[in-house]
Amino acid sequence: MAEVLQKNGVSAPRARWKHLDKILTRPGPFTDEDWVPGEDVIEGLSRTKILVIGAGGLGCEILKSLALSGFKDIHVIDMDTIDVSNLNRQFLFRHSDVGQPKATIAAKFVERRVPGVKITPFVGKIQDKDEDYYRQFTMVVCGLDSIEARRWINSTLVDMVDEDDPDSLKPLIDGGTEGFKGQARVILPTMTSCIECQLDMHAPRAAVPLCTLATIPRQPQHCIEWAHIIKWEEERKDVTLDTDDPEHITWLYQKALSRAKEFNIEGVTYSMTQGVVKNIIPAIASTNAIVAASCCNEAFKIATNTNPPLGLPGGNNYMMYSGDDSIYTYTFEHLKKDDCPVCGNVAKKLEVNGDMTLESFLESMAEKPEAQLKKPSIRSEEKTLYYQSPPSLEEQTRPNLKKELSELLENGEEVVVTDPAFQISFKFKLLFK
Amino acid sequence: MLKIWNMKQKQQQAETAASGGKKKKVTAAQLRVQKDLSELSLGSTMKTEFPNPDDILNFTLTIEPDEGMYKGGSFHFTFAINQNFPHDPPKVKCTQKIYHPNIDLEGNVCLNILREDWKPVLNLNAVIVGLQFLFLEPNASDPLNKEAAEDLKSNREGFKRNVRQSMTGGSVKGQSYERVQK
Repeated sequence: MAEVLQKNGVSAPRARWKHLDKILTRPGPFTDEDWVPGEDVIEGLSRTKILVIGAGGLGCEILKSLALSGFKDIHVIDMDTIDVSNLNRQFLFRHSDVGQPKATIAAKFVERRVPGVKITPFVGKIQDKDEDYYRQFTMVVCGLDSIEARRWINSTLVDMVDEDDPDSLKPLIDGGTEGFKGQARVILPTMTSCIECQLDMHAPRAAVPLCTLATIPRQPQHCIEWAHIIKWEEERKDVTLDTDDPEHITWLYQKALSRAKEFNIEGVTYSMTQGVVKNIIPAIASTNAIVAASCCNEAFKIATNTNPPLGLPGGNNYMMYSGDDSIYTYTFEHLKKDDCPVCGNVAKKLEVNGDMTLESFLESMAEKPEAQLKKPSIRSEEKTLYYQSPPSLEEQTRPNLKKELSELLENGEEVVVTDPAFQISFKFKLLFK
Repeated sequence: MLKIWNMKQKQQQAETAASGGKKKKVTAAQLRVQKDLSELSLGSTMKTEFPNPDDILNFTLTIEPDEGMYKGGSFHFTFAINQNFPHDPPKVKCTQKIYHPNIDLEGNVCLNILREDWKPVLNLNAVIVGLQFLFLEPNASDPLNKEAAEDLKSNREGFKRNVRQSMTGGSVKGQSYERVQK
């Protein structure tokens, strides 16, 4: 950058970005022919509004790396507060921050360290926000530990895509780690394989047979699971187990301990109880660093177009990293699933008369050339409109057949129609004429 | 910024249109359950009941075996499915206190596909077939009710008598059971 070359004092405004500017201000072997390096690219990067979901192990790394990559308008969502056990790897937090919300503290720390960066925190659940909120961002980076949250943001971003509005498509960059293993993936909602398509890439939680827990525990973990699953139900049925409540964990710990004694099993501890009950997966700081760094580089490439990113249609979109047996990484293309319940079929707009009965609507489905349904079942998010099976549900929903669509649904509501003859389901957004 | 939109237009997915309304969407779990329910084959020995027909994630299943040691009984199970289905298995519990080696007095069920062997490719039909099988072939090697399992292992005839006894609402070895006959 010109500025940097002219002023050689420490106060040179872009001194911090000297290395990045080498990439942003000149064409490279991978840049498009019509890509114009310089001011516009730098400006575009600093104007990119990017959302980070999660301010935990991955989130701290992501926030730091994005800020150091030239992003200036970062938002972060996290519902958690800081626990003392986070401090070994969530380096934006100090002992005095324990009990404070992660999003707020992380935002303040990075803002202080990287002047010029604005980080807007939101303390709460991603489900608290609606499409209007998510629409303001250019892209979303996830550092989550829950599959449920990933599925939620994924289906929200897929559903937001509007054919007539280029700004409605938000690339989703997802990082995940478990011990020495991790992955980084890029999803272009509706264009490439989504999180729902890739659901089977998540290993299910290893479970021990219930009868082992009930009869012949062999490991301290079995005793804890027994207290958690069986004993709690037996003795404290009316209390909802709160895994963050020390009294609850202590209760489980005591029960597990006495069971362990009975079977001569050693090793039940309070922290093991906490780990088993909360399903705490060992987190390794450096794995987080590797995966988060990869996510941030992809975000940078997407925002600036300096190099081809992960996740282009027809190209690789999934980078797995495995560091537990020496080291191995493999990057591949996870294909989009035609019958994916989320991105396999985006709801089609369908104009109908509000006074049409549900029965005639279903009959019209049978005639629609693309549907040709024989035994359709239909529901909205709130209502089971009509199910062919099982018999009890058919009977319960049969009265709806005679009702008018406008009695059953709001204008613009989404319905899903399935038929045992088809693998895929049909989604329609019903607009009343 | 990467020109994603140009690429999207190249993909020519013109038919997939969605507008940006804020109406609630059918969740992935609901969708999958809807599919599973339409493929359910209950036969004459099973029936479902939905306390709230709009909530398909919670229902009860009644099994009335027409053969085997539990013939003549009527057994009720609750199914509770969470939004993480099919990644998570459905939670299934027996609502009656029954004498069965694989079901404890609290109603917990020891069926491999409900826990350690659950996979998202399995569906609700697989679960109900599994439950039905427990009544045809109670399994002494995976005990949840240890005494019932011991009885089954050591004295099959005695076990059969205990099953009849318990199903009429009698007690077995000092433990009283619920009457579950039709």
